[in-house]
Amino acid sequence: MSDPISRDEVAKVAELAMLELTDGELDTFTGQLAAVLQHATDVDALDVADVEPTNHPYPLVNVFRPDVAENRVSREELLAAGPEIEDHMFKVPPVLGEQP
Amino acid sequence: MSTFLPDGWELVVGLEVHAELATESKLFSPAVNHFGGEPNTQVDPVCLGLPGTLPVISKEAVELSIRIGLALNCTIQRCVFARKNYFYPDMPKDYQISQYDQPLNIDGWLDLPTGTRVRIERAHMEEDTGKSTHLGGDGRITSATATLLDYNRAGVPLVEIVSHPDIRDPEDAKAYVAELQAILVTIGSSDGKFEEGSMRVDANVSVRPVGSDELRTRCEIKNVNSLRSLGRAIEYEARRHVDLYDSGNAPMQETRHWDEESGRTKSGRPKGDADDYRYFPDPDLVPVDPSREWIEEIRAALPPLPSARRAALLAQGADATGAAVIVERDLDTLALAAIDAGADPARVVTHAVQNLNVDGAAALDAGHFADLVKMEVGGDLSATQAKTVLAEMVETGNSPTEIASAHGFEAMDTSELESIIDGLIEASPDEWARFTGDDDKIRGKMQGFFTGQVMKATKGQADGKVVAQILNARRNG
Repeated sequence: MSDPISRDEVAKVAELAMLELTDGELDTFTGQLAAVLQHATDVDALDVADVEPTNHPYPLVNVFRPDVAENRVSREELLAAGPEIEDHMFKVPPVLGEQP
Repeated sequence: MSTFLPDGWELVVGLEVHAELATESKLFSPAVNHFGGEPNTQVDPVCLGLPGTLPVISKEAVELSIRIGLALNCTIQRCVFARKNYFYPDMPKDYQISQYDQPLNIDGWLDLPTGTRVRIERAHMEEDTGKSTHLGGDGRITSATATLLDYNRAGVPLVEIVSHPDIRDPEDAKAYVAELQAILVTIGSSDGKFEEGSMRVDANVSVRPVGSDELRTRCEIKNVNSLRSLGRAIEYEARRHVDLYDSGNAPMQETRHWDEESGRTKSGRPKGDADDYRYFPDPDLVPVDPSREWIEEIRAALPPLPSARRAALLAQGADATGAAVIVERDLDTLALAAIDAGADPARVVTHAVQNLNVDGAAALDAGHFADLVKMEVGGDLSATQAKTVLAEMVETGNSPTEIASAHGFEAMDTSELESIIDGLIEASPDEWARFTGDDDKIRGKMQGFFTGQVMKATKGQADGKVVAQILNARRNG
């Protein structure tokens, strides 16, 4: 059986996600992602025709938060995470097409 | 039924209305939900979709959404949040949390004042997206050199209300949106402001031959920012479809943008039913399963809806337009209380429609309002004086008797009026001859002339009705 994901594919995904990975990290994550994908393949092999789909592993409903407003982080802190800022807004490359 | 389409064609419209909920905080985080803040000042790591953040839903947002469902006669059900995946920078986590196959509110309806019933397919909860500003070029997306993102709106709670394609007339489309807006404001779920984008409408438009029940290819019209634009956009788009069919072509399923200036819709993005948003249940959120008790509690606390409020006025003899205007201005409680206190319903309605289109009118004391109408109907005040007194009542909160006596408004003695009128008749023999002639139109004009002269002579204190009586008595005598 071929590897579920190659080191090159992981490098490509990392680049698309704008993550800088070292060679060592690439090896580690390739192994980890392969294990995750292998697990999905294993599950896929099971016959689950009679099993009710589960949205969530916990039998919880109605986890609510009171409607209290609070700005917990300053604009400066949040904008500092952006690649480029103009007029207090995040600046991104031109977007082709419209919002879906 | 309006007749803007050529014979043989019928309009088919379904509407999608997005309403921002009037909560203090965002749907899934405590960031502030207020319109008009400086860019990115109402943002937190949840709105930005930063790694490690976890959305937790606001209970108030759920309650406001249930109110909408109840007001639209929907079934309220256990619901699940789903991720709608798409890549666009207005949603930095690359998915919008929405509801898909298990929405909160389903299968309702809205009855329009025009009598049309529009079925509601669903009213589901979702989060709003951020706002993009395209830089460079002519400001349009295709020629932009960069895009700026303000995430103040990202995560604002929305309810999307989806109707069935039950609308056959642009006027009904406008009535539907107007009624929905009135309901949202009445129940406090949204402030329903087109101009601030807290209410947005997309129209799915198609046409079909009269008598057919098929649903032909539809176009989704966006960027409709007022009721007037909505009517115009639907008419334009439907005519465009008819023209295409008449010339042997067919419309293509797509999103189109209404351009107010040119009065046209312009092609946007092709849209198939197969748009693959890869919806799946959001593992960060557990289902919302409102209990019967909670739903009934919310139902019991709902204020009377605009339709019921209009009906209460209609029952007092108000005309449909008057009732609609009074409810729209929130003056129905005042009007009904004044009628209850013994004021003449017709005069109450007339004053509410014509003379109370001012801020603070709803705070008027109903007893004072009733007293004013009684004074007017009893002949102590002329219509003009009543109007003046009413305006001052709204301003000062004083009673009509106080205001009337401060102005020296007292019923004029009829004999005093008679002598004024007799003097005028003598001074204007030509006009009087025309008033007593056979031409009704001229008589009407001359009645206006004499009434005006009397008002001038009495500084507006004369009662127009009494003046008319005296004039006609003189003419017949």
